[in-house]
Amino acid sequence: MRRPRSAINRRPSVAKFYAIPIVSVMVGSMVSALPILADYAILPPLGLMLFLCWRLLHPGLWPLWAGFPFGLFDDIFSGQPFGSAIVLWSLIMIALEILDQRLVQRGHAQNWLIAAAAMLFALIMGAIFVGFRLDGELFRLIGAQFLLAVALYPFVTRLVAALDLWRAQ
Amino acid sequence: MAPPKNRRPGYSRRAQYSIFISYVLALLGAAIGAVLLLISIADPRGFAVLRTAGAEITAPIGRTLAELSSGIGNLGTEIAAYFNAAAKNAQMQRELEVARREIVEARALKRENERLLELLDLVEEVDRVIAKGRLISASISSTRRMATLSVGSASGVEIGMPVRAPEGLVGRILEVGPTTARILLVSDKDNVTPVKRARDGLAAFVTGRGDGTVDIQPINLATNSLKPGDLFITSGNGGLYSPNIPVAFVVEKTVGGALGRPLANPAQVAHVIVQPIFQLDFKAAVAAETKTGAQDSESAPSEAAP
Repeated sequence: MRRPRSAINRRPSVAKFYAIPIVSVMVGSMVSALPILADYAILPPLGLMLFLCWRLLHPGLWPLWAGFPFGLFDDIFSGQPFGSAIVLWSLIMIALEILDQRLVQRGHAQNWLIAAAAMLFALIMGAIFVGFRLDGELFRLIGAQFLLAVALYPFVTRLVAALDLWRAQ
Repeated sequence: MAPPKNRRPGYSRRAQYSIFISYVLALLGAAIGAVLLLISIADPRGFAVLRTAGAEITAPIGRTLAELSSGIGNLGTEIAAYFNAAAKNAQMQRELEVARREIVEARALKRENERLLELLDLVEEVDRVIAKGRLISASISSTRRMATLSVGSASGVEIGMPVRAPEGLVGRILEVGPTTARILLVSDKDNVTPVKRARDGLAAFVTGRGDGTVDIQPINLATNSLKPGDLFITSGNGGLYSPNIPVAFVVEKTVGGALGRPLANPAQVAHVIVQPIFQLDFKAAVAAETKTGAQDSESAPSEAAP
């Protein structure tokens, strides 16, 4: 029998501490494997949203090149041309790193804005990679998905914060 | 949260190098991604192995949940119907679509009957079913319209085979795994389907728009005689799809053709069938038709239209 862990001076399980952020993003990427069928893109890119939330809440959690492995995993399930998420997530990681050096302070509102910009970039570029031209048609195509993603961001942040507390227990 | 202050690590060479290397690695990752992207844009089937493996691993989840509830799929449509008018409106449209489908199929059957008189055994060949399955997932957050089918090469499914539902054409097989297959849906931007108008055989192309609607472009651009409600069925040209599968109906006339909607909505079809590639039988059909004479004027639709 294990002794009940002390409330003070304890260490979280290392595996759990590092696995939870990674697994949560992977699960987010795999949501499109669920039998949710529609004839148009409507579900927000949950993998990217979780990735952004973790990155914005914990700037030092992942190395700068983390966009490559996570993007690769997302590409397996998203249906986008392979390499799309690798490029976009890598560029987003680099952009956030540069942004963090410029910003003095950012709170939830700024995080929301940054995430919205990153998601808009990813959705637009994703559609361009598929072969759409950058015009009004494209914005009509991704508009609903983008608005849903922006509206959902605070809830995903809540989820990530809860996971963050849990992994440190 | 304030960003951590360890970004300018003072005079430590080691720390400076590690930051520099992390930037190099990140840019390298992006560059590798760009190369992979170019390869997969040039060849959409590139890296199919990885995607197929992913689909195979997650297929049990999709299969189980799809069995449990087929209701989730209708979510988007239901919300749309609510916003458009009311549930009743949606109900009536559904009934109208059923009626439309029945009309097309009746017309197609009539034509089929005429052909049967001469080409009895051939028509049986065309309607053969390779496998039956259901759609277990879709690229729900991507503008590329793909869906995963619950059967694969173990059931005889091959790349290029058409997939249809009772309502109409769903798409064609793009990638095949042992027990799953990826379908490129009719509404994908890169999917072009040769069709003809059910009423008079006017030849056209159906191209996806990526948002659940399709562009219908008549080959003869001089006359845009399309009207809302016009039904289009596969023409059999190109040899991929067998003729007379309902594809789409016209919603709204546009400058170069019309805006249409596919008859088989992936969110609503429960079961689909995989059919053999038509071309294998196509040569036989052409040979048979030339032998029996040009009795079938619809097989060369509208090229001579005014």
